[in-house]
Amino acid sequence: MRIVVDLTKCQGYAQCAFLAPDVFTIQGDEALSYDPHPERTQLTKIRRAAAACPVQAIRLEPPDALDGALHPDPRHGTIEDNGGTFKKTGRIVIVGASIAGLRAAERLREEGFTGALTLVGEEPHEPYDRPPLSKQVLAGSAPLEDTSLPRLRDIGATWRLGVAATSLDLATKELHLADGSRIGFDKLLIATGLRARPWPNTEEAALAGVLTLRTREDSATLRQLLAGHPRRVLVIGAGFIGCEVASVCRELGLPVTVAEAGPAPLVAALGSAIGVIAGELQIENGVDLRCGVRVTALQGDATGQLRRAVLSDGTALEVDVAVAALGSIRNVEWLADSGLACGVWGVACDAGCRAFDANGLVTDDVFVAGDIARAPQPMYGYQYLAVEHWGNAISQAEVAAHNMVSQETERWPHLTVPKFWSVQFGIEIKSVGVPSAADEVAIVQGSVTEKRFLAVYGYKGRVVAAVAFNQNKWLDFYEPLIEQAAPFPPQFHHIDESSDARPVPAGFKPAASPTQDATVVVTGHDPNERRARLTNPDAGETPSRRPAEPGARTKERSP
Amino acid sequence: MTQDSIWEQILDYSNRANPYPFYAELRRTPVARLQDGAYLVSGYAEIASLLHDPRVSSDISHNPVAADAGAGEDGDGPGMTPTFLSMDPPDHDKFRRITMRHFGPPTTPGRVAGMEPRMTEIVTELIDKMEGSTRVDVVDDLAYPLPVTIICELLGVAPGDEHRFRTWVDLALQSTDPGLDPETQQKKRAEAGKELRAFMEELVEAHRKAPGNDLLSALATDDGPEGRMPPEQLVSTGLLLLIAGHETTVNLISNGALTLLRHPHELQRLREDPDLVIPMVEELLRYEPPVHFVPFRTTLDDIDIAGTTIPAGASLTLVLAAGNRDPAHVTDPDCFMPERPDNQHLGFGGGIHLCFGAPLARLEAQIALTAFARRLENPRLVSDPPPYRPSPFLRGPSHLPIDIDGIR
Repeated sequence: MRIVVDLTKCQGYAQCAFLAPDVFTIQGDEALSYDPHPERTQLTKIRRAAAACPVQAIRLEPPDALDGALHPDPRHGTIEDNGGTFKKTGRIVIVGASIAGLRAAERLREEGFTGALTLVGEEPHEPYDRPPLSKQVLAGSAPLEDTSLPRLRDIGATWRLGVAATSLDLATKELHLADGSRIGFDKLLIATGLRARPWPNTEEAALAGVLTLRTREDSATLRQLLAGHPRRVLVIGAGFIGCEVASVCRELGLPVTVAEAGPAPLVAALGSAIGVIAGELQIENGVDLRCGVRVTALQGDATGQLRRAVLSDGTALEVDVAVAALGSIRNVEWLADSGLACGVWGVACDAGCRAFDANGLVTDDVFVAGDIARAPQPMYGYQYLAVEHWGNAISQAEVAAHNMVSQETERWPHLTVPKFWSVQFGIEIKSVGVPSAADEVAIVQGSVTEKRFLAVYGYKGRVVAAVAFNQNKWLDFYEPLIEQAAPFPPQFHHIDESSDARPVPAGFKPAASPTQDATVVVTGHDPNERRARLTNPDAGETPSRRPAEPGARTKERSP
Repeated sequence: MTQDSIWEQILDYSNRANPYPFYAELRRTPVARLQDGAYLVSGYAEIASLLHDPRVSSDISHNPVAADAGAGEDGDGPGMTPTFLSMDPPDHDKFRRITMRHFGPPTTPGRVAGMEPRMTEIVTELIDKMEGSTRVDVVDDLAYPLPVTIICELLGVAPGDEHRFRTWVDLALQSTDPGLDPETQQKKRAEAGKELRAFMEELVEAHRKAPGNDLLSALATDDGPEGRMPPEQLVSTGLLLLIAGHETTVNLISNGALTLLRHPHELQRLREDPDLVIPMVEELLRYEPPVHFVPFRTTLDDIDIAGTTIPAGASLTLVLAAGNRDPAHVTDPDCFMPERPDNQHLGFGGGIHLCFGAPLARLEAQIALTAFARRLENPRLVSDPPPYRPSPFLRGPSHLPIDIDGIR
C-alpha cells in the first residue's frame, strides 16, 4: 500500500509515530520521516496514525485501490453540467506526470470533469514523491526507491508514460510527442517541472561517481554508491539538496565535504544571517564545510571512476562520489516554438494559472502549475515568482484544475503563502512566506545555540516570511502576519523571547529578475498588428534587428 | 443572557448532562469578556489560533484568576512544583522532552503501541467478569479500571495502591467543583495535594532505589542529554501523569459507550467493522470531549481577535467543547458522524501543549469500545441521562448503569 504525508501541514505532533512506529519515525524534536510503501499488515496501525493526525496530513490509498495499477479506461458519468459541455465531454491533456500533474487530475475528477483525461510523462514511472529521495530513501531507512504516490481516487486517465512532449501547436491544439504521435486537446495543463542542473563540464560529469539528485534513478544510484563506503563524498553546492545529502552522509558515518561558492549554506533560500547557522549545524555534525570555494576540476582514473576533486582554495580531495547540487533547470525547451511566454524563468501565467503568450496576453485554454509556473504574487509586490516547493505544486495544481472546468466568474486566484521544509542533521527547517523578499531578519523566539528558534523576515518594515528551526508549531501564528503585512520587527511581548531579537541584514544577494534577460522582439505598427516574439538564443537564433551578443548569452548559459 | 450567566449555566451541575445548548449561546460571542475581566473563547478558529499564539502564556504564575483561586490544573496545586503543563518554552519544551524520552518518539517510539496486547488482555478480563450479570456499570466495570491499571503499570504504581490515591484524586477533583465556596475548594485541594505528594514522594524514592522497567524509575534514574528532572518536579510530574493519565480516559470511554448506546445504528456498524472505531474515537473526541476547557492561560500582550482586543494580562479560558461544535468549522456539528472527513478537533487541545498522553488514550478507548460493541449482548441504558461527575471541565458520567442479556 502507498501513503504520503503532507509535510507542509505536519507540525511534528508525533501521534503517527506513537501509533504506527514501524512506519513513521520522528527524528530529533519534530522531523517526521516515513516509509511511503509500507506492508499491508500495517494497515490498521496506519489508519490509527492517519486518524490521529491533529492536522490530517496523512493520506493513504483507499483499501480497494490496486497497488501500482493504472486505470486507463476513461469513464463517463452523468453529472450536472456547470462548465458547459466541455466539463462533460471535453478533452484535457496534462503534460508532466509528477505530483502537480497527478493532483490536478484528481482535482479535475473531484470537480466533476467526466471527459477524456490524458497524462503525459517523460519518466517511465507513474507519479512519485520526490522529497523522500534525498532523505529517508537515501539513508536506507525506507526500504524502497519506489515512492509512488497514493491514488486518492480513480482518475480514469489515459497514461502516456515514458514519452516526452516535444512541441505544442496552439493553432491546431495538438501536443506532439517524442514517439511521433499527436494528442488533440481542448484544454492543456503544463506541469513539466524541473530537472537537475548538471555539472557543466560534460567530460567530468560523465565520470562514474559524479551525479545529480532529482529522479528515482538518481536516488537509487546514489544510495548504492553511499552503501559502497566511499572514501569521501563531495557535495557541490549547499542548497537544500546539497545540505540534505551531506546530512545523510553523516548519518551513515561517511566523510563528506561541502563546497559552496557563496558565503554560507542555504543563502539563496534563507539569506546568509540564517545560512550561517545552518553552516554551524554542518560543522557540529562533522561536515567539512567550505564556503566561498568552487570546485575547479573533477578527475578520474583510467577506468573513468572519479578519484579526485580540485578546489579553488588550492586543496585537492580524494573523493569517490561527487553530487552536483547546483539547482535546477526548468523543462521548457519543448515549448520554445509554442508562442507562450516561456524561458529559463519558466512559463509565465496569471494568478489563476492561465499561461501568457509571448505578447503577454492571457490564454484561455492553456494552464500552468508547479515548479515551472511563474505567476504574479500580489503579496510580494506582484512580482512574478516561480515557487519550487512541494506544497505549491499541490495548491497550484488544485487551482489550475478548478479554473480549467470553471466559468470565468467562478475562477480562483492562487494566493497561497509559499511554504517549504527541509530536514538536516535531525533539525527540521520550515518556512512560510518568501524569505528572499526580505532585507532584514530577527530571531524572535528560542535560542540559536540550541538550534531551536524562530526567525521573522521583514522588508521595509513589514513581515514577509518566518523560518523555524525545530519550532514549527508556532508558524501558524506567523502566517497571518505575512498575509496581513504586519509591522516588522514584531513589537509584541510573547513567550520564549530570544535574548537578542534585533533585526540584522538578512543577507540575500540582490537578485535581478530572470525575466529581465528575456530577449523579445516586437513587430508591427498598428495596434491590431503589434506582436511580441521571444527569441531563442540557445537554438542559435538571434534577434533580427540587433547584433548578436555572444558574451551575454554565454553568461546566461553558465550555471 | 449575558456571557456571565451563560457561563454560570455551564458550570451549574444541573446542566452537566447537556451543556451544549449553552456552548452554542456562548459561541455567539466567540471571544467574550466576563465581569471579572477574564475572557472566554468558544469559536474553533479563535481557540486554534490562540493555542498557537506565542503571546499566550501557560505559566500559571502569570495568571490573575489562578492566583486568586489558589488553584492549579490537574496535578499542580498549592505548594506543588509546576509541571510542563503550566510552563512556557523553553522550560516547557525541555521538561516535556525529558518526560517524553521514556514514553514516546523519538527515543522510545514503540512503548505505547507495544501496550496494545496488554490493553486487550485487561479489557477481555474485565468483560469476562461481567459473565452472569444482567446489570453492569460501564464506568466502574470498564471505563475506570482499564486506564487506571494501564497508567499504574506504566508508571510503576503497585495495583494495591490504587485505593490509596483514588480517594485523594476524587477529593482534588471535587475541589474544582465551582459549587463550592473558594475557601472550601482551597482547603480540599490543599488536603488532597498534601496526601498525594507524600504518596508520590515515597513512590519515587522507592523506584530510585530499586528501579524497574517503568516510567517513574526511568525518570528517577536516567540522566539523559538534558539532565535529570529535579526531585520536586518529578513528584508533581508523576502525579500529573497518574491523574491526567486516567481521569480523562475514563470519561472518553464512558462518554463513548453512552454515545454508542444513543446511536444504536453506529453501535451495530462497529460490531460488524472493528476498524470503524478508529475514526469513531476521533469523532467522540470532537463530539463529547473528555476535557471541556483549558483554564488559566494568560495574555502577555494585547491580542486583536474576533473584533475584540483582549488586553495584556487577561486570563483566558479556551472552551474546547464549544469550539468542537462550531458550525463555522464543521457541518452538522451536533451530529455524531464517525466517518467525518478531515476531522480536526480540539479534543486534545493543540499547539505545544497538545495532550501528552493522547496516543495512550486513543488506543485504550479504541480497544475498550470495540470490545464493548462486540461482546455485550443487547446493551441498554438504564437511565438517560446517567448521573454525572461534579467537574464541568473533566466532564463525564459518574456511573453508567446498563442492562445486558449477557456477554459473548
